[in-house]
Amino acid sequence: MTEASDGRRGALPPGVSHFRELGVRLREHDYLADEGLSTAIFLSLKLGRPLFLEGEAGVGKTEVAKVLSRILETPLIRLQCYEGIDVYQAVYEWDYARQLLHIRAAEAFGGEDQERVERDLYDREFLVSRPLLQALEHRGPMPPVLLIDEVDRSDDEFEAFLLEILSDFAVTIPELGTVRAERPPVAILTSNRTREVHDALKRRCLYHYIEHPSFEREVEIVRLRVPDAEERLARQVAAATEKMRTMDLYKPPGVAETLDWTEALVALGARELDEKLVEATLGSVLKYREDQQRAANAGLAALVSGLGGVGRDA
Amino acid sequence: MPEGEIQAPPMLDAAVAFGRVLRGAGLRVGTDRLVEFARAIEEMDPSRRDDVYWSGRITLTSRPEDIEVYDRAFELFWESGGGAMPRPRPKIRLSVPQPDRSVMPPKKTVEKNESGEEAVRLRYSPVEVLRHKDFALYSPEEFAELQRLLADLRLSGALRKSRRLEPAPRGRHDPRRTLRGAMRTGGEAVRHRFRKARVQPRRVVLLCDVSGSMAPYSRALLRFLHASVVSGGHLEAFSIGTRLTRITRELTTRDPDRALRQTAGAVRDISGGTRLGDAIKEFVDRWGQRGMARGAVVVIFSDGWDRGDVSVLAEQMQRLGRLAYRIVWVNPLKAAPGYKPLAAGMAAALPHVDVFLSGHNFESLEELARAVAAATQR
Repeated sequence: MTEASDGRRGALPPGVSHFRELGVRLREHDYLADEGLSTAIFLSLKLGRPLFLEGEAGVGKTEVAKVLSRILETPLIRLQCYEGIDVYQAVYEWDYARQLLHIRAAEAFGGEDQERVERDLYDREFLVSRPLLQALEHRGPMPPVLLIDEVDRSDDEFEAFLLEILSDFAVTIPELGTVRAERPPVAILTSNRTREVHDALKRRCLYHYIEHPSFEREVEIVRLRVPDAEERLARQVAAATEKMRTMDLYKPPGVAETLDWTEALVALGARELDEKLVEATLGSVLKYREDQQRAANAGLAALVSGLGGVGRDA
Repeated sequence: MPEGEIQAPPMLDAAVAFGRVLRGAGLRVGTDRLVEFARAIEEMDPSRRDDVYWSGRITLTSRPEDIEVYDRAFELFWESGGGAMPRPRPKIRLSVPQPDRSVMPPKKTVEKNESGEEAVRLRYSPVEVLRHKDFALYSPEEFAELQRLLADLRLSGALRKSRRLEPAPRGRHDPRRTLRGAMRTGGEAVRHRFRKARVQPRRVVLLCDVSGSMAPYSRALLRFLHASVVSGGHLEAFSIGTRLTRITRELTTRDPDRALRQTAGAVRDISGGTRLGDAIKEFVDRWGQRGMARGAVVVIFSDGWDRGDVSVLAEQMQRLGRLAYRIVWVNPLKAAPGYKPLAAGMAAALPHVDVFLSGHNFESLEELARAVAAATQR
């Protein structure tokens, strides 16, 4: 069956038929997505296509997969890519130690039938499944969410292999045969762009580039994720990080840093941002010495200035 | 929307027409993507601008650089009365001034006139002569000859250990293969197998200054970049001028002339001034720090004339030095007798450079290939 004629096989959560409804669901699970991201996730689920997410570190790429698994009430299967990752770490591996024991046991208990012993050796029970095989073998009302994290860290050979899996959602194990997914998993790929991922792989996927959130959205995110932070503090923190992003830093803070920072401030009992507090907690938002220096040179007071008592006017 | 409704074909037509506009604007969109776009719009509201915008952006772009192009094309196609064909992006011609023959040193003729031996050598080993000849003095025929020479010159980074393991006669014990072998011998591990880390070449990053002062050399150097990129391997190429442009993709076309034309189309600041420090900063910010420069051999082709703030260059070179395995600086001016790095940019950069070469002729490019492959620690 061609994909085009089977438009209904998508994995949308029950009761969601519009991207806005999906946006509401995401929000109920503490994830604030703008229109572009909601649309991207919606289409990926509806069309059954992997979603390729790029963006600066800390904008919430990995979080998308986590929240989706909560919404769909289905397991999250995560494959963290790294240089040198291969099929044995990503798909399956035979449990050789157990196979060996099996042979020994067969010998000890008089299993002369050599052929049968060998056949049994490559039984499913001796196969250790790694994330990709787990995702394909999953059976349940909803397909699992498969997060392929930081795919840019793997190498060309592995990328070519991924392309195959994401095209067919099947893998062939020579000794056992082909394992095919009942329904394609909800695949989310993320990349930090340490290198350009091959076009062929990207062509299999829908693509979305996640930007830093707008000021108002970031305030909302902080309020949602750090409920103990007061509105005023949330606005001050969001305004200060927004300023930092224009400061030409080596590593401008992402949403993750904004949240870390707010948590640090809340832990210190802060209700309002001032220069002293910024100085004490700068390490939780700026993680390069040069960046901290640059912020200090620009004047930490400037980060909290203009915020007054009421927070920034939107 | 129930299947079979006659919504699909009109949407597909529109998608295909929009696809033409995008291709005209320089985006790579295949038919598969356009079909995907048409399907996506059907799931959204085709009468709503934002729905169409996002459906298209999600299905038709695949890099952040695409987004700006997409936005322009979108505006043109969907918001200016629809269906208007765009003006193709103005092609910028790669203008490399031909050496002025009236001021060329009459090397060849002198050699020929003064001694018969020279003339013989010239005739029997033109390649040898070409190897030493300054690129700025090349004739068009000699460029064609250079192309053949470059085809044999491979640029491959110094080796490093990969985390991928491969079978080896000795090294770390490999239980997987040992046990697998044991299956055949009734569970007895008769032969032990081993594996060790595979070695692979480091990534090589080429940054080529295409500003006006480098013009006599950029023609040959861009050809060198092209030959290196098509020969495969871990290679990335950028042009630097008033700004930084990644040209790896444009250079992958096999045909050198087409590749150079495409490159010229992508690079908008050829023969302008250089802001070296800013360009290197942009490289480190956008690419280098994320991983491209980490452990890589970085080669900078530039004469070191920086119209920007030299202290920026010094700072950025230091940053780059912390990331890269080795920095090679290639400056064609270095070939001149009695050359001293007087250009402020060059002087600022040199303390952070591991190998300083001239790159003004083929022989020095061979030297460059050796420097890039050399494994000695700095």
